[in-house]
Amino acid sequence: MTKATGTASTTAAATTASATDPAAATSAVGHRRTGARTRRALSAVGSLWLLAALLVAWEIVARLSPSVFFPPFSVVLGQFGQDWFAARPQTLFASDRFLESVPVSLSRLARGWLLAAVLGVAIGVVLGRSRVARHLYSPVIRFWMSVPNAALLPIALQFFGITEAMNIFLITFGSMWLIAVNTADGVAGVDPSWLRAARSMRLPRPVLYLRVILPAAAPHILAGLRISLGFGLILMIVAELYATTAGLGHDVALYQQTFRYREMWSAFLLIALIGIALNAAVDLLERRLLRWQRRTGLASL
Amino acid sequence: MDITVDGLAKRYGEHLALEPVSIKIGQGEFVTIVGPSGCGKSTLLMMMAGLLAPSEGVVRLDDTPVDGPPQGVSVVFQDYGRSLFPWLTVRRNLAMAAVAQKLPRPVLEARIERVLASVGLAGQGAKHPWQLSGGMQQRVAIARALVAEPRVLLMDEPFAAVDAQTRADLEDLVLRLRDEYGVTIALVTHDIDESVYLADRVLVLAAGPGRLIRDIAVDLPTPRGQLTTKRLPRFADLRAEVFSLVMRPELQEVR
Repeated sequence: MTKATGTASTTAAATTASATDPAAATSAVGHRRTGARTRRALSAVGSLWLLAALLVAWEIVARLSPSVFFPPFSVVLGQFGQDWFAARPQTLFASDRFLESVPVSLSRLARGWLLAAVLGVAIGVVLGRSRVARHLYSPVIRFWMSVPNAALLPIALQFFGITEAMNIFLITFGSMWLIAVNTADGVAGVDPSWLRAARSMRLPRPVLYLRVILPAAAPHILAGLRISLGFGLILMIVAELYATTAGLGHDVALYQQTFRYREMWSAFLLIALIGIALNAAVDLLERRLLRWQRRTGLASL
Repeated sequence: MDITVDGLAKRYGEHLALEPVSIKIGQGEFVTIVGPSGCGKSTLLMMMAGLLAPSEGVVRLDDTPVDGPPQGVSVVFQDYGRSLFPWLTVRRNLAMAAVAQKLPRPVLEARIERVLASVGLAGQGAKHPWQLSGGMQQRVAIARALVAEPRVLLMDEPFAAVDAQTRADLEDLVLRLRDEYGVTIALVTHDIDESVYLADRVLVLAAGPGRLIRDIAVDLPTPRGQLTTKRLPRFADLRAEVFSLVMRPELQEVR
């Protein structure tokens, strides 16, 4: 499943990138460029109209049946501006509330997820290179992956209590297996021709891994990283809902318990936007690192 | 560097891919290995490269037995698209081949520039392989093999994937590089003209099971030229001889 997701989005990235890549356009004539631009604009409209329609529907439904639990989108938007932004250039227009919650949450996510990335890639490389290890441990890992990670929260709470370590453990443990399994798939699937060429060059082991095996497996590894980041974000919020004294998830829980529904919705909106921004950042990284894959026509690997 | 192939055979379970073969290739010699598909010519080359373990026999380089890819031997593979690393630039692809030699950076860089110039790719080092044509990519693959300054160059159907004109260019390039770098070359091909045009000696293999059926010395004048050499009556004779061996080995087996 993870594999399919990775492939689909890589191909999507390939389509958009080939339209924007200046190198590809150098030989193209003017009208082809314009054509590409029109196509891009159309595809943007195509992907945004549904979102716009949903927001309009939200607005209408909320206005037709007024309820404190379900404020109209325009009200949430107003609240959003009020909560998270301030007319202060020195803090890049971030409000105090923003500065209190967002850095705390993001630093948790960063620490937990980066640890997951390091551990996941390391475990994945071992599994990918050793058929024996793969046969022994893959079933266990796939079992762990199919357990809803949020269910780990009570267990983690019991071991760590309400601590920063608990939060990080949950994020790391919840996202590293996905990275490991994707890395293992990628490493096991490295084209034997590349490995044979590397062997004939008598590459030392560290060079073999860093310059041949990891780059060759990068499409799978990056797909794993992208998907796991979404998991990490979810787990960050889940952990914060129950077990912290600061952070975005904590804010949402606090506003819900104190009947401040508009603020709760505005916090939701911020979380969603952070998710979108993170995804876009990984997408950008992926496009940059996998240029060779699209250009060699290997994007369907 | 002399290459001695002594009773080398390969079997996969019951299937005999290559009957025991013994060959001696002298320093600076250019040997082509030709035969129909399934005759084990690539198998033989991969065993010489230390990339495939033989079932019987041994390969020696100047008396040192080969067990794994030896120093001083470079391989050019058939499929450049899958042997060059697409995530690295041309220059970095070349540098990889010399990593094992731990050269100081300026020496390595000078060597890379020199080799790129020899294969006609000066100024292309910053590009990625996929930005080049097929023929140019195979030039990169050849350059990569030369960067390690090998004494033996093993080439596995290196021109099978390029068009005829590029093929002729690359053949002449390899002949020139042999003189420029003084390497011993063994080249596997299924192209009969090519086997005669390039070689000092042609080894003809037959299929089912793979075996060496003839070792032909090519007494054509050097330097070779696509027009001058291929126009010679002697070239036609040799070509006909190899052709009949490859096509109808059962009529010719006299060894």
